Amino acid sequence: MRFSRKMLAVPYIIFLVCFVVLPLLVLFYYAFTGSDGYFTINNLLDFFTDPNTTGTLVYSMMIALMVTIVCLAIAYPLALVLSFADIPRKGALVMVFVMPMWINFTLRVTALKEILTFFEGNLAYHPLFNTVIGMTYDFLPFMILPLYNSISRMDRSLLEAASDLGSSKLHAFMKVTLPLSVPGIIAGISMVFLPAMTNYVVLDMLYNSTYIMGSLIGSYFSAYDWHNGSMIALVLLVIICIFTLLSEGGEDNTRGGALL
Amino acid sequence: MKKLLGFIVIVFGLVFIYAPIIILAVYSFLDTPNIGAAGNFTLDNYITLFTTEELSQMIWGTVILALVSAVISTFLGTIGAIGTYYSRRRTQAFVNTVNQVPVVNADVVTGFSICILLVILFGMSKETFFPLVVGHVTMCTPFVYLSVLPKLKQMDQSIYEAALDLGASPAHALMSVVIPQLAGGIISGFMLAVTLSLDDYFIATYTKPATFDTISTYVVNATRGSHTEIKTALWALSTVIFVLVVLIVIGMNLFSDNKEGKEKMQKA
Repeated sequence: MRFSRKMLAVPYIIFLVCFVVLPLLVLFYYAFTGSDGYFTINNLLDFFTDPNTTGTLVYSMMIALMVTIVCLAIAYPLALVLSFADIPRKGALVMVFVMPMWINFTLRVTALKEILTFFEGNLAYHPLFNTVIGMTYDFLPFMILPLYNSISRMDRSLLEAASDLGSSKLHAFMKVTLPLSVPGIIAGISMVFLPAMTNYVVLDMLYNSTYIMGSLIGSYFSAYDWHNGSMIALVLLVIICIFTLLSEGGEDNTRGGALL
Repeated sequence: MKKLLGFIVIVFGLVFIYAPIIILAVYSFLDTPNIGAAGNFTLDNYITLFTTEELSQMIWGTVILALVSAVISTFLGTIGAIGTYYSRRRTQAFVNTVNQVPVVNADVVTGFSICILLVILFGMSKETFFPLVVGHVTMCTPFVYLSVLPKLKQMDQSIYEAALDLGASPAHALMSVVIPQLAGGIISGFMLAVTLSLDDYFIATYTKPATFDTISTYVVNATRGSHTEIKTALWALSTVIFVLVVLIVIGMNLFSDNKEGKEKMQKA
């Protein structure tokens, strides 16, 4: 058989089928079967009728929303200042803001935890506040980077044109900079919102005992309940799908943006 | 006025991001386990960090896991990208879509689903490290694929043909003509794979052997316990990693100290 470059795709295709497609099918299978192995939609019904699970869904969405808003509120001014700053070696400064991404997140959260303990004494008194701060701390670089990229890619002459045509600084920002940074905002939101719904380690480490979607999977997993666990995973997948389709317009600046 | 405001924003951002890490670094050199308390200078935490077998085992375990997963991912992702790029439209569409799944998916879901498939359904033992490595490779390879693909698109397609016309075998042409053209993408894909694997918690918890710990899983367990000696040794670890990251970033900046390199870095 003659070698052709197409053949190089074969190992990766096999790998993707085995370890991406197949696990998803298995997830479907477990989600829609009971422990007796027969088809059932009880897991789905249970999820939406049990106040604990629906409550968890609402709570994680609320946390994710708050974290996203706080991240955006901190990252947007930073990205704006960074992209318009006229300083030498700006690239290096941007790197400084993105660098924490490369420090293991559990160690970073440990650092934050010690600081919060110093200020609050007992962390258990402010679980929600700590969680939002903790996640903001963890995810902030992932919001700064796409925002910075989209704002610095903007055509500066548009702003000059706006001011030549008599618009004020604020007006120009609202009509030019903000709309043009929307792809960055969308990319940033999708990189913060979804992890905020699932990253239960931050809650664990900051002694917030309330469950979010990720912790539900974890708890079913430790209870050997693969069927309900798979259902939660499936619900999460659907949410992720909706989100991905909605943010299609954003730049594809996923975790891949973490390096070079 | 405007400059001052910008300056304040930058300083506020830097303080928020770095104050916890730096305060922890300072306290890693003191003999008190409580932030805010006074203490005397000591290197005990560093001695504990480097001499406790449990700690060095988990650090090396994490590093080796990251390197092994990154090497496999880089190989698989690179040949996958080359092969797919020259395949039919439908194959390309399939790979591009499925490749996106681990990228957008929550790591909890990725780890859980791989565990369900390999461990629960196929009854594979986690002690073999196979589920763990598969999990990390699944998480990392899509990013390698995504960083090699743009390089393939930029590449001058005729050089491969030229090499063949000049008598090189396809494998030889690929190795000495195509791969060097993709080197930038391959290297950044590899680095990305290493950092993703080092940072992972969720995939590891669902797929790792019971007695094996990565830095993430170890730290999370350690914060649940109240073992002060380990807790402060982890401050030292955090400091060591911070310093390493700073050195690597400075090194990269010096290395690619031309305009193009810097632009690339900003563009990410």
